Amino acid sequence: MKIHETDISLEAWRGFVGNEWQNGVAVRDFIQANYTPYVGDDSFLVSSTPRTQQLWNKVTALIAEERIKGVLDVSADIGTSIIAHDAGYIDESLELIVGLQTDAPLKRAIVPNGGLRMVQSGLEAYGFKLDANVETAFGLYRKDHNQGVFDAYSPDILACRKSGIITGLPDAYGRGRIVGDYRRVALYGVDFLIKDKKREKSELDVGEFSETILRTREELSEQIRALAELKQMALKYGFDISQSAKTAQEAIQWTYFGYLAAIKEQNGAAMSIGRISSFLDIYIERDIQEGRLNETAAQELIDDLVIKLRMVRFLRTPEYDQLFSGDPTWVTESIGGMSEDGRTLVTKNSFRVLNTLYNLGAAPEPNLTVLWSVKMPQGFKEFCSKVSIETSAIQYESDDLMREHWGDDYAIACCVSAMRVGKQMQFFGARCNLAKTMLYAINGGVDEKSGVKIAHGFTPITSEYLDYDEVIVKFDAMMDWLATTYVKALNAIHYMHDKYHYERIEMALHDRDILRTMACGIAGLSVAADSLSAIKYAKVKVIRDENGIAMDFEIDGEYPAYGNDDDRVDQLAVWLVETFMDKIRQHKTYRDSTPTQSVLTITSNVVYGKKTGNTPDGRRSGEPFAPGANPMSGRDTSGFVASGASVAKLPYDAALDGISWTATSTPDSLGHTIADRVTNLTNCLDGFCGANGFHVNVNVLNKDTLLDAMNHPENYPQLTIRVSGYAVNFVKLSHEQQLDVINRTFHIHS
Amino acid sequence: MPHHIKSQGIIAPACVDENGKLSGFVHSFDTGGAVDGPGMRFVLFVSGCQFQCLYCHNPDTWKMHNGKMTHVDDIVAEIEKYAHFLRFAGGLTISGGEPLMQAYFIGEIFYRVKHELKLHTALDTQGFLAEHLEDDWFENVDLVLLDIKHIDPEKYEALTSKPLQPTLDFARRLSAMKKPMWIRYVLVPGYTDDFNDVEKLADFIATLHGVERVEVLPFHKMGEHKWDDLGLNFHLKDVSPPSPELLNRVIGQFQKRGLFTC
Repeated sequence: MKIHETDISLEAWRGFVGNEWQNGVAVRDFIQANYTPYVGDDSFLVSSTPRTQQLWNKVTALIAEERIKGVLDVSADIGTSIIAHDAGYIDESLELIVGLQTDAPLKRAIVPNGGLRMVQSGLEAYGFKLDANVETAFGLYRKDHNQGVFDAYSPDILACRKSGIITGLPDAYGRGRIVGDYRRVALYGVDFLIKDKKREKSELDVGEFSETILRTREELSEQIRALAELKQMALKYGFDISQSAKTAQEAIQWTYFGYLAAIKEQNGAAMSIGRISSFLDIYIERDIQEGRLNETAAQELIDDLVIKLRMVRFLRTPEYDQLFSGDPTWVTESIGGMSEDGRTLVTKNSFRVLNTLYNLGAAPEPNLTVLWSVKMPQGFKEFCSKVSIETSAIQYESDDLMREHWGDDYAIACCVSAMRVGKQMQFFGARCNLAKTMLYAINGGVDEKSGVKIAHGFTPITSEYLDYDEVIVKFDAMMDWLATTYVKALNAIHYMHDKYHYERIEMALHDRDILRTMACGIAGLSVAADSLSAIKYAKVKVIRDENGIAMDFEIDGEYPAYGNDDDRVDQLAVWLVETFMDKIRQHKTYRDSTPTQSVLTITSNVVYGKKTGNTPDGRRSGEPFAPGANPMSGRDTSGFVASGASVAKLPYDAALDGISWTATSTPDSLGHTIADRVTNLTNCLDGFCGANGFHVNVNVLNKDTLLDAMNHPENYPQLTIRVSGYAVNFVKLSHEQQLDVINRTFHIHS
Repeated sequence: MPHHIKSQGIIAPACVDENGKLSGFVHSFDTGGAVDGPGMRFVLFVSGCQFQCLYCHNPDTWKMHNGKMTHVDDIVAEIEKYAHFLRFAGGLTISGGEPLMQAYFIGEIFYRVKHELKLHTALDTQGFLAEHLEDDWFENVDLVLLDIKHIDPEKYEALTSKPLQPTLDFARRLSAMKKPMWIRYVLVPGYTDDFNDVEKLADFIATLHGVERVEVLPFHKMGEHKWDDLGLNFHLKDVSPPSPELLNRVIGQFQKRGLFTC
């Protein structure tokens, strides 16, 4: 095999300054010492080259075929690993950055370590058959994560899963939301990293071998093994990555190889790439100065990388797709933000990554996330706004809030989960349903849909009209019960995941000693807040069935609804977030992780709504919840600034895993001219961020376009919209979810 | 001066609630308006209008008493919540209905928002009642969004039910006062799209000082259901929004006179 060889005389770290990062793994220090902030505008950007277009056209043809089939192809013959598959290409002669998850583009791998059951149902759903050897291996000799979890689950956890009060638990596949520091591969080369891991391991040979020490020693050995496999994987593509990258092309390739190894090994719900743009900019700047690259060539490399990131695929089941639809992978890349010393972390490469939305057209992946700061340069802010208006493909998260907690080298995993890159990971905990919890409080633990008693030891409310104080007392107790059951489930999941489906390569690209968070979550916040508001400010009469279960509610009078910047109800939402967080904090979490929570639903707001009966706010049984921390559709009648102000009141300190808001506007209602729209959106983002708002998905869309896309999906292969925490191809959403998106508040001026 | 037609309309008397607080009738407000003046606006829609424009998209604001009686204090307190944002992002726009019907009420709001909250202020009006107000009333209005619905007096009256001349007089007066203005023109196919009419209107606007932009607003039917709800007959049921070509033609007619038009 031919080994690619860049100029052998090149010294990898030539021209780089700083010491700390040269003596040990310290990527942040390297970035701080060597990056070039960019404060200009987008005028330097270039379009894609014919080569890029040619390559991208090949991919779009495959994507079109995939859309019809659901899944293009599956490698059902082999359980995936870093080195399980041979090299794969789209068209080797055209690719500047190489590497695919399997040996062919968009061909999905199977990940039996996560759970053989999910592999089997995923294969069945798309007409594939599992290889007999894999079936035997996992049936007879090797236990998987899914089996482990169910061995430990208790009856109450199973009941909660079944009733849907807790949903989306990563107990049958990879948990994800772990971001390896893939930049380390480029900066140090793999040999350096192996040596460092060996050092970390050798330090753990003093004193007794406790369970903690033993586990860590075993994990470090696995990490070292995974790093060796990473080198082997790159060799299949003809690259020796034992040493540091010497050029921008190598830096991008090495970084991508690190990431590729992770997505070969794991099928986590979210497989985010981190914060690589401004890191890579250092290499690009050096190559430009050395005459090795020009702007066109630099953009080509980024376009090529992004093409690869758009091709990440996992085999899922139809039930999974119902929950998180549109085939999301959350290849989240965090862009921009500020350094702690006050310089902006925006570089030219921050622009180039966003420019791929023009060069390759809009797309949901990678999940481009701008870390917004009011202090960022105006040129970048305005470019972001313009891209949002024209593609609806960006999400924004407040760097000003996160920097205080996580410094200036954190990245977003998935949608809204910040973590210091290589120094922090989370135990992904999906979410539980607060609206249903309130109904359990009213019904004494009986599920309003099935009539089955789920929570034991509670008495129902029997009065004709709901009394606010009584509801609060019972709701509070029910939240205690829920938190207890929920944390038990999460502890079981993550104990087993570490045991049977450990993220070897991702954790190899972390420090040994890291912060672990237990990332809980809540859904149905606005339904629960509005319900409490209705009970407090109007009169809510209970309609019970023959078994005494509250099946419906009659509201007499009006109540203030969350989303109108009205403290009477907004403070109820704040109370819910803080109270539930406090309850989570009272439990012992696996591996001494720090409990956090998110207010995020992704697209599961539809499924949660389906599983929840009539609620005291007037919402009908089955009706979708609002996504994330959004107010309920149509109830935020005071305009979207008031809506955002309500959301911004939710305290980040009580929801350190993120608070998601999705705002949708038509182009016309953002201003009469393009320039007006860009200025207005920029000011809105500054305003929201300045008011301590945490996250916003910005959609700028016409309702008619969406309706037309529902009827003629073939005409809109790239129509991208932001939903809670991620972006999707609109045409890949289920019919119900499409309707949900359309019916959500469009802030139309009339 | 052209022949002066005294407008028949009157400004509603100042109204106070039982505590003697100055109050007025408010239809609604929108905290995120981006198309009623520069930047992001807190748009206060007050109720009451003497016009019955055929294309009105807010017929539910015609009757003043359909609004909710609200204190000036409460309105200023509501705006104050967003003052920090509005100070850099935009300001306050009072629209309607026809705001000048409640000139005492909105004059007080403008005064307080201007002096206490230091916000940019805009008034969205057709100017019919403006002649009842002294020049100093407009000191707290930074920008007038002046709707000129037609340039032909007969067609104007057919369209709006009221005479044109007060609006033109007001435009000249604002021009003399050097008050910044945005002229707004709703483009309705078959009603306001005649080439020569637009030429005349553009000629007139070109004589004014202080016109910062002309906004040609394409007719839309998003308000049609409100007519139905009110049991009113929407005469423009069969009219379609203007085509992009027509819109560009009309915009071009204004632009030819050096007017910034969008």
